[in-house]
Amino acid sequence: MLTRDTRDPATRPRLLLSLLALVLLWPGIRFSELDLGVLLASDSQSEMGRFVAAFWPPAHGDEFVELLWQTTLQTLAIATAGMALALLLAVPASLLASRALSLSAASRAGHPGYWGQLLRWPVRGLLIFLRSVPEIVWALLFVRAVGLGPTAGVLAIAITYSGMLGKVYAEIYESVDQRPAHALLQSGSSRLAAFCYGILPNVAAELLSYTVYRWECAIRASVVMGFVGAGGLGQQMDLSLRMFAGGEVASLLLTFLALVLLADQLSRLLRWRLA
Amino acid sequence: MTLQLTQVSVTHAHGVQALRGIDLRIGAGEQVAVIGPSGAGKSSLLNLLATALRPGSGEVQLLGEPAWQLSARQRQRLRARIGLIHQSPPLPPRQRVVTAVLAGKLGQWGFGKSLLNLLHPLDIPGATAALARLDLGDKLFVQCQQLSGGQLQRVGIARVLYQAPEVLLADEPVSAMDPVLAEHTLSVLCRHAREHNVTLVASLHAVELALAHFSRVIGLRDGQILFDLPTEAVDRPLLDTLYANEQLQPSPTPPTTLSVQIPRC
Repeated sequence: MLTRDTRDPATRPRLLLSLLALVLLWPGIRFSELDLGVLLASDSQSEMGRFVAAFWPPAHGDEFVELLWQTTLQTLAIATAGMALALLLAVPASLLASRALSLSAASRAGHPGYWGQLLRWPVRGLLIFLRSVPEIVWALLFVRAVGLGPTAGVLAIAITYSGMLGKVYAEIYESVDQRPAHALLQSGSSRLAAFCYGILPNVAAELLSYTVYRWECAIRASVVMGFVGAGGLGQQMDLSLRMFAGGEVASLLLTFLALVLLADQLSRLLRWRLA
Repeated sequence: MTLQLTQVSVTHAHGVQALRGIDLRIGAGEQVAVIGPSGAGKSSLLNLLATALRPGSGEVQLLGEPAWQLSARQRQRLRARIGLIHQSPPLPPRQRVVTAVLAGKLGQWGFGKSLLNLLHPLDIPGATAALARLDLGDKLFVQCQQLSGGQLQRVGIARVLYQAPEVLLADEPVSAMDPVLAEHTLSVLCRHAREHNVTLVASLHAVELALAHFSRVIGLRDGQILFDLPTEAVDRPLLDTLYANEQLQPSPTPPTTLSVQIPRC
């Protein structure tokens, strides 16, 4: 009776999946035309060297530092305002898209009913649509609609990031133990109350960490969108690059570094406070 | 009849038939123990009575209402009047005990009140009273993850006591407690049921506890009711049939071979 099941039934699927991953990786390298040899060619090396050499010393004149401060604040403002708008849409959408709030799952051993599944699809579709168009495309669109300036950046971040936040929030809700929420639903509580008491305590740290990370990404995104005229550090970076002012570019890059460091520390502090 | 099952069968998602053609009537204020070997369907029966499990066939009448013919909203209202104590209480590890206990009344509170209670506990005396009955009054502001298994079980019980349901269902409520505590906790449950005229159904794996505290005992085996008798009528042969297990053989003692290994230098 024991001899029949001595082989682990998971061995074969695991092996096949590993093979599949390898098989998929090779065409990926071919199609992306990845050729690391180019980096070693002497003319491209000297070209890069000249470009980087111009970075030293970083610009630090009073006037430029003042300008840097202003654009940094603007970048932070674009990222924060964009995130706030994105959250307004992402939170309700994630609650609608997540199976965690399924009332029927509570009495079907965790399997939601078919109708609920069907109704969750349009919301998922909306989230997919929102995040499938890159923020830079939205920014180009909005620069035409509302003119050059930070407003375009804020709207672009709000739209793309609501899609990303909504999707990941919904998945985070589903990734934790569902029994506390199910137990509450089974004792008659409403879905939202069951969510707040059964799921939120388990996901709070994860949500916070992901949100701060996305805020960090929003800072970077707002920089990229600056290149198409959506204000902030990116616009300044675009100007400095065009004027071949390597020192200014270096100062801007150092500012990015400081901002990302700040976001990282903030995330760590918040997680520590919440733990 | 407070609880009434008519020809109820339950099949789990993976094809195991947990309950087969169960007929059961339990009146208001009765105190019933469910015993049986593991895998007999005790948990399924209690989950069924708590509407946590939808039967494949048959009819479930709870507090005079056909549980699965109601609208979702009506069923949630019905569920608020039934309390289920889980064997391993599903409590978020980082939730504070006071919040976990007060969550018992979520079915009766509006969403605004629930949200406010999450920010600041609204009924600390109520939670303290429920916990004090189980000798946990000092753990009010402790996180659930800092409690032991037995303490968690008592928090789960305190939540249901605070919910104050008309039907109290308990799935192995004292399985993680030492004998003295188990005895005490069960008597608290039974006294609560008597004082408030609450119907109490509890599954237990300790037969002596079932016989000592309950007036009616149901023996469950292979998803069917083997016997349903007043406690006085339950005797040794009956229990032996209930727990008889043909598949367990005494494991053969492995032949001990004495081998001495002398390490070589």
